[in-house]
Amino acid sequence: MSPGLLHFSQLVVTGLVIGSVYALVALGFVLIYKATSVINFAQGEFVLMGAYICLWVIADMRIPFVWAFLITMAFSVVLGLLVERLMLRPLIGEPIITVIMVTIGLATVLKSIVTLFWGTQIKVFPQIFPQEPLRFHGIVVSEVYLWTFGFALFFMAVFAAFFKYSRAGIAMRATADDQQVAQSMGISVKRIFAISWCIAAAVSAVGGILIGNINGINITLADFGLKVFPAVILGGLDSIVGAIIGGLAIGILENLMGGYLDIYFGGGVKEVAPFVVLVVILMIKPYGLFGTVEIERV
Amino acid sequence: MPTGLFHSTYQDDEKIFQTVWLKCWMGGLLMFLFAGLPFIAPALSGILGFSVQHMANMIGIYIIGAHGLNLLTGYTGQISLGHGAFMGVGAYTSAILFMKAGWPFWLSLPAAGLVTAGVGMIFGVPSLRLRGLYLAIATMAAQFIIGYAMRNWTSLTGGSGGLNVDRPSFFGLTLETDVHYYYLILILAVVSTVFLKNLLRTRTGRAMVAVRDHYLSAEIMGVHLFKYRLLAFGISSFYVGVAGGLFAHYNLVVSDEHFTMWLSIQYLAMVIIGGLGHVLGGIFGTIFMVLLPEVLRIPTEILSNIYPNIFAIFGTLRELVFGLVIILFLIFEPDGLAARWHTIRAYWKLWPFSY
Repeated sequence: MSPGLLHFSQLVVTGLVIGSVYALVALGFVLIYKATSVINFAQGEFVLMGAYICLWVIADMRIPFVWAFLITMAFSVVLGLLVERLMLRPLIGEPIITVIMVTIGLATVLKSIVTLFWGTQIKVFPQIFPQEPLRFHGIVVSEVYLWTFGFALFFMAVFAAFFKYSRAGIAMRATADDQQVAQSMGISVKRIFAISWCIAAAVSAVGGILIGNINGINITLADFGLKVFPAVILGGLDSIVGAIIGGLAIGILENLMGGYLDIYFGGGVKEVAPFVVLVVILMIKPYGLFGTVEIERV
Repeated sequence: MPTGLFHSTYQDDEKIFQTVWLKCWMGGLLMFLFAGLPFIAPALSGILGFSVQHMANMIGIYIIGAHGLNLLTGYTGQISLGHGAFMGVGAYTSAILFMKAGWPFWLSLPAAGLVTAGVGMIFGVPSLRLRGLYLAIATMAAQFIIGYAMRNWTSLTGGSGGLNVDRPSFFGLTLETDVHYYYLILILAVVSTVFLKNLLRTRTGRAMVAVRDHYLSAEIMGVHLFKYRLLAFGISSFYVGVAGGLFAHYNLVVSDEHFTMWLSIQYLAMVIIGGLGHVLGGIFGTIFMVLLPEVLRIPTEILSNIYPNIFAIFGTLRELVFGLVIILFLIFEPDGLAARWHTIRAYWKLWPFSY
């Protein structure tokens, strides 16, 4: 392979891995939006919480990774339940801005709780996946990246199956489609709301643990949640397939733009490129690739 | 003789000062702000333990910005998560024009407003096709893009080191002390409040409210949606840009750290806690949010006897309380302080015969 092509493929592969984690977190975000029409600005803080809880259980309590993972999941489910019950349910029927603002307030609270307990230093996960680099035709991929990608795909498959075959999953799709009809068919919409928040918190925690294994974690991990917005806008705000494709696309795109444009703009393009993409999409195709186009006629 | 406030003409209903008493109270308040506060501020600072004059100046600056956001969010129904960055645009514009281009202060400040209005309108363009949720996301993107530009456009903004700004002087008068700034800020805050209040009584203001309440009906009634949404973005950004310009010249240094997402959130919290769609709301909310950290300092000092290292985490603690206050307000007092104020006033008006 020529050096130019090699550089390109290297960027794409790395982007794909990060993108798979974006896709996972975006999945949780879309789930909440679809079921409850709430835009969750605290998605990144769910990622943060998951990563720190898992690290705490592994490093301080010396519990093996598998168990720590399960404990984190349980904790995230409880967190999601509490948030839904205490903050979102009293606001049913309130204007959008109130709901958005509550999730922003929640984000602030969660972030400061993490800072209070764990400080702002970067913490590194004990090595769970081997770090040895593997080479395919000259492209270097560390093994932890492969594991992350595999895990992300695995969880996406689990959720796809959940929505397609399980009772709760079908009930959720029904609720997203039409709340009133779902209710009249005997589906408890309140329960569906609660389940959505639980699942969203749980998948975000998985995302946090995976990213933590690659980079280590500190408080800026919460910004990860904001990258979800370009992903879901690209895919369409209410499409699960769109979230996955959008997540992967944004991962690759930011890595490519970072790789090629950093020299011209003095670094950090990766952080801002997804948002430029977001604005462009909103201007030309506001409902994204797979989103439901809202048509209004006077 | 009428036993209450009964309007018999439309002009009566539209009056700013509905009663003579209200006019007197407002006059008294202005008198106090102009002639009283600067003189008792030093004494008050001694009692309260923080600089009252400085706080008054900060409140004045933020009131201008909060009015802007209130016009956009409270009156036109467009959510903006980018007003922190827009304030930054105003601050940098004024600082650059003043320091690098050598413009006089009285020109650089309105120019800051105009440039910010332009930038705000660019990011307001998606508002044509997008509603609440999408717009919140678009303005959030604006926050990050502008923040990036402030950090990385080093030749213009000085990068992360920021820009130093000299004390402004105009017409041979240099602003030396907090009290000098206070008068400038107070005059601008009063002007912006009066302008906002009056704007809402014009066709433009009523059109904006109509767009907020039911944009489809508004469009049927002949209100040009895009025009008024964009106009709201423009005026709103102008306000916040002027606030940013004032901040730059008062703070004497601007850097991107002042204008993060956190500021945008604070602005939103100000108008929501104060009361969306009330002119008073912007004022109450700003006073509340600016004074909250100072008020928090008192329990912190008491607690520091028990936990000596509490000051190290004061910043985090403050954010925690901010978040909690926002959440609790939205759940228990969604209409904000302005609505509470009206309830209290109505109660006293009829006291003790409230039936």
